[in-house]
Amino acid sequence: MLLQYRAAAVAGVVTQIFWGIVRTMIFDAFYRSSSGSQPLTHDQTLTYIWLGQAMLLLTMLNVDADVAAMIRNGSVAYEMTRPVDLYTLWFSRALSGRAAPLMMRSIPILVIAALFFGLSAPISMMAGTLFLLSAAMSLLTAAALIALMTVSLLWTISGEGISRLVPGVVFILSGIMVPLPLLPGWAQRLSEILPFRGLIDTPFRIYLGEFHGASAALALLFQFAWLVMLVVAGRLALTRGTRRLVVQGG
Amino acid sequence: MIWNSLRLYFRYASISFRSQMEYRTSFFLRSIAQFTITGMEFLGLAALFLRFGHIDGWTLPQVGLFYGIVSVAFAIAEAIPRGFDVFPNLVKSGDFDRILIRPRSPALQILGQEFQLVRVGRFLQGMLVLLWSAGRLEIEWTSSAILLIAFSIVGGACLFSGLFILGAAICFWTIESIEIVNCLTYGGVETAQFPLSIYRPWFRSFFTFVVPLATINYFPVQAILNLEGTSGGKLISWISPLAGLLFLLACLQLWRVGVRHYTSTGS
Repeated sequence: MLLQYRAAAVAGVVTQIFWGIVRTMIFDAFYRSSSGSQPLTHDQTLTYIWLGQAMLLLTMLNVDADVAAMIRNGSVAYEMTRPVDLYTLWFSRALSGRAAPLMMRSIPILVIAALFFGLSAPISMMAGTLFLLSAAMSLLTAAALIALMTVSLLWTISGEGISRLVPGVVFILSGIMVPLPLLPGWAQRLSEILPFRGLIDTPFRIYLGEFHGASAALALLFQFAWLVMLVVAGRLALTRGTRRLVVQGG
Repeated sequence: MIWNSLRLYFRYASISFRSQMEYRTSFFLRSIAQFTITGMEFLGLAALFLRFGHIDGWTLPQVGLFYGIVSVAFAIAEAIPRGFDVFPNLVKSGDFDRILIRPRSPALQILGQEFQLVRVGRFLQGMLVLLWSAGRLEIEWTSSAILLIAFSIVGGACLFSGLFILGAAICFWTIESIEIVNCLTYGGVETAQFPLSIYRPWFRSFFTFVVPLATINYFPVQAILNLEGTSGGKLISWISPLAGLLFLLACLQLWRVGVRHYTSTGS
């Protein structure tokens, strides 16, 4: 089924590469404007940007339109009668909805960026391995956030509310818009306690070698802890939500 | 004839307003969401200026002028010709046939499909940035400078509308929507938020001569800031936003060719 959308995938890759080129030029200009030392070198920033282009889909958190419609029109009741755990169902749906397109886009983007646009290799074999581990957790974190947003729809019906405000926060606090090390100190401290850096920044800094040894272990642990918390929160909210659920339209 | 069309358009628009206002809370939440997302984007930009000081000599309030003009222009273009943005669905489903049999211009009917009110979020955010930057810059805000900004915004709205229409026109040949056009629309916004001079020459030429983005903010803002070495002099800066209108007319022409070329998918 995914192959049916090959044209869309190609278009997605081209679009994101275009975007990457624009962002590269903007950061080139910033770096040549200032001779002071920065928390990330120019080359590190370029790598960060291109990794971001490859993994952009992880920051586009939106609830599957089919599931949202199901909750709105009440057919979610049928889902509940099925002998599957509803949370697991929604979580896996969110996961697969991200994983496949992510693979199809990220690999060509990484290859092209490495060949032509200054994406450097991970700092070491170890960093590369940990990066993959961390990126896998990013994917799970994205799925957990989406599942939580899905559950929140049980309260709001029309499909609005927090799920609309999440993207703005994710944009700035995940590192996709501006690499987190370049943000002002207070914003960095804020990002350090929230789960969103686990989507983008954590794997990238491991890749760059900014986190290594103990700090890498700590970053992974933090990422994992938030993942567990998000899943637990989603499950709890779902239990409470289904208890008070009134299906619309009988 | 023109009055009649205008009346019809306002009727379409008012229907669209009312239907969007049926879900009032939803409308407010979505507008606020638009406002915060674009607001975060500008904060991200501001953070970079805090870190680096300037970009090739341009300060944040200066860049804010470029940013504000293009954001407001784009918000207008996203609100009004929105129908062209969702046009591929009409072609794919064959519903465009119904539009063709009505005794009115297809372009007018597509234009009337939807007036996206939620773009008010981006519009206000862009305005806010524009006003903030205008206040921070130490220049005299003569009425002609303000007029030039308004003129640039209109030119920009025309240009982006042209791009949406171009994207729709391509569908007559491809049936599918072409995501690549997004590079020009959304990518164009991202690009023109900064002065074009920071980009590489090939890229700059593309956005000056092929898609004339430079004409709707780079040249006019240079004139407003009274910069030395303004390429082409004051007069050029003044008339340059006209290029946005010409671009729109060219895209509309292509659209007409497309309509003649249209064969229904029959589904």
